Amino acid sequence: MNAPLTLSEPIAPIAFEPEDDAIIRFESVSKRFPARNGQPFVAALHEVDLSVSRGSILGVIGRSGAGKSTLIRLVNGLERPSAGRVVVDGLEISSKSEAELRAARRSISMIFQHFNLLSSRTAAENVALPLEVAGADGAAIRRRVEELLDLVGLSDKRDRYPAELSGGQKQRVGIARALATNPKVLLSDEATSALDPETTRSILELLARINRELDLTILLITHEMSVIRSIAREVAVLDAGRIVEQGDVFDIFTRPRHPVTRSFLSEETGRALPPSLVKHLLPKPVPGGQTVLRIAFRGAFATEPVIARLARDEAIEANIVAGTVDEIAGRPFGALVVTVPSGPETERALNFLHSEFGLGTEVLGHVA
Amino acid sequence: MWPDLISPQLARLIVEATGETLYMVAVAATLGTLFGLPLGVFLATSGKGELFAAPLLNRALGILVNATRSTPFIILVVAIIPFTRLIAGTSIGTTAAIVPLTVAATPFIARLIEGAIREVDQNLVEAARAFGASPLQIVFKVLIPEALPAIVLGLTLAVVSLIGFSAMVGAVGGGGLGDLGIRYGYQRFMPEVMAAVVVILIVLVQGVQSLGDRLARRLNKRLRHT
Repeated sequence: MNAPLTLSEPIAPIAFEPEDDAIIRFESVSKRFPARNGQPFVAALHEVDLSVSRGSILGVIGRSGAGKSTLIRLVNGLERPSAGRVVVDGLEISSKSEAELRAARRSISMIFQHFNLLSSRTAAENVALPLEVAGADGAAIRRRVEELLDLVGLSDKRDRYPAELSGGQKQRVGIARALATNPKVLLSDEATSALDPETTRSILELLARINRELDLTILLITHEMSVIRSIAREVAVLDAGRIVEQGDVFDIFTRPRHPVTRSFLSEETGRALPPSLVKHLLPKPVPGGQTVLRIAFRGAFATEPVIARLARDEAIEANIVAGTVDEIAGRPFGALVVTVPSGPETERALNFLHSEFGLGTEVLGHVA
Repeated sequence: MWPDLISPQLARLIVEATGETLYMVAVAATLGTLFGLPLGVFLATSGKGELFAAPLLNRALGILVNATRSTPFIILVVAIIPFTRLIAGTSIGTTAAIVPLTVAATPFIARLIEGAIREVDQNLVEAARAFGASPLQIVFKVLIPEALPAIVLGLTLAVVSLIGFSAMVGAVGGGGLGDLGIRYGYQRFMPEVMAAVVVILIVLVQGVQSLGDRLARRLNKRLRHT
């Protein structure tokens, strides 16, 4: 085991919402898939505890194979846990029969990466399908379908077949279809992963608007940090079937603790180090060398003359290597990558930054 | 030219035989679809972990279907004569011939339907489950509509094959074009009858095929572009 390379400030425990406020609750849920061809069983999820508060947007991020798909499919009972309980809006999904789940699924809708629209039905007919399945009468279906197509901005495409629609339009139909039965929860399974950045933005805006206006709880899974930052309020990081970090999006983005979270964040634009620096980065300090720090500025501290104070009060010269200023979940956030002399100066600089400004810091490595 | 080559009596025979062929094929295709469609849907949805999971029954039906399909049609016709008599009251004649034709068509159509259903994107089934559709609703609202173009093409193939099979039921006095071709064209050395039979069969098959193709194309909404 390598010692963690970080000295970030201690983090206040994440305040969980009271139990009744959670609309989705995972209670130490494990899921194993049966062995195949002599291979041992595959553990997809391991003792996952997760709660999504009513009306919020929670994003689960993870690499492919981390267990995201399994996790989201446990919420509507498409998969059943091997152990633990999944409770949605007071209903224990994990113990219901398939027939009982059918009724429950009308209030837990889902949208998909590849939209999953019926090619044989027009946009309007696709939106009507869940209503037909629920046994609504013709007039009510027509009224509701018009309403929904209008909501997603596709009234003029009502009679188009999916093959005649763009990816973004197809996802809008998917969203309209998901909303048809007035669900309380919307599950989004990589809903924007097959879309270009601009379309992704417009779909995420639509989801955010639905969340606001319809008071719909959204649980989304994705492998893109940019999706989380633009829409989610809470985030859970899933790695190898375990939730390794969970909390408020701004906190996690500005003070990532787990290496997996960091690696996701490093792919974010503005977080990457200059390649010329990365090339020279060493794991251990070198005598007379420099240590590379990332300082995270959150909210109010973004305006403090931190580097100047470091030089004046501690006589430590910090050399600025890279920096960004950004907004995450609507709050300002800056990151500065600096080098300071390795050795005791590093310790002092870290202590100073923490005690004087309460800044989060992260040691990225060392250079000669 | 026609009256010169073929006498009015012969012409009437040809018309009659065409009618018999159409009758046998139409009834056998309809019955074959009636039995084959549910069988095919079941075969496609009853495997392990599928909508109507019944792996043992699935296996058993699969073996039965294969057994029927591997029996040469002319042998099937003779082999099931007692069954034919039970159903049709007689084992001879055009109506009786419909029984073996249907018995041969049903597993054939079932396999074609099974193939068409299995081609449907499984993600659509998952989506339908996710919005609360029951297995039967998934069959009628998702699987069959989505597979319809492929089903139509499969049924077209089945009808074309049935036209071919129907030529063999002369063996049990089934009549039809094939029977006429053998008895008059071959055994009585009347090449003009044989030629007429062949031409009519070609026209029939062509007609059925292009009709099926056109219908399948119209039903297929996947290939449209704006």
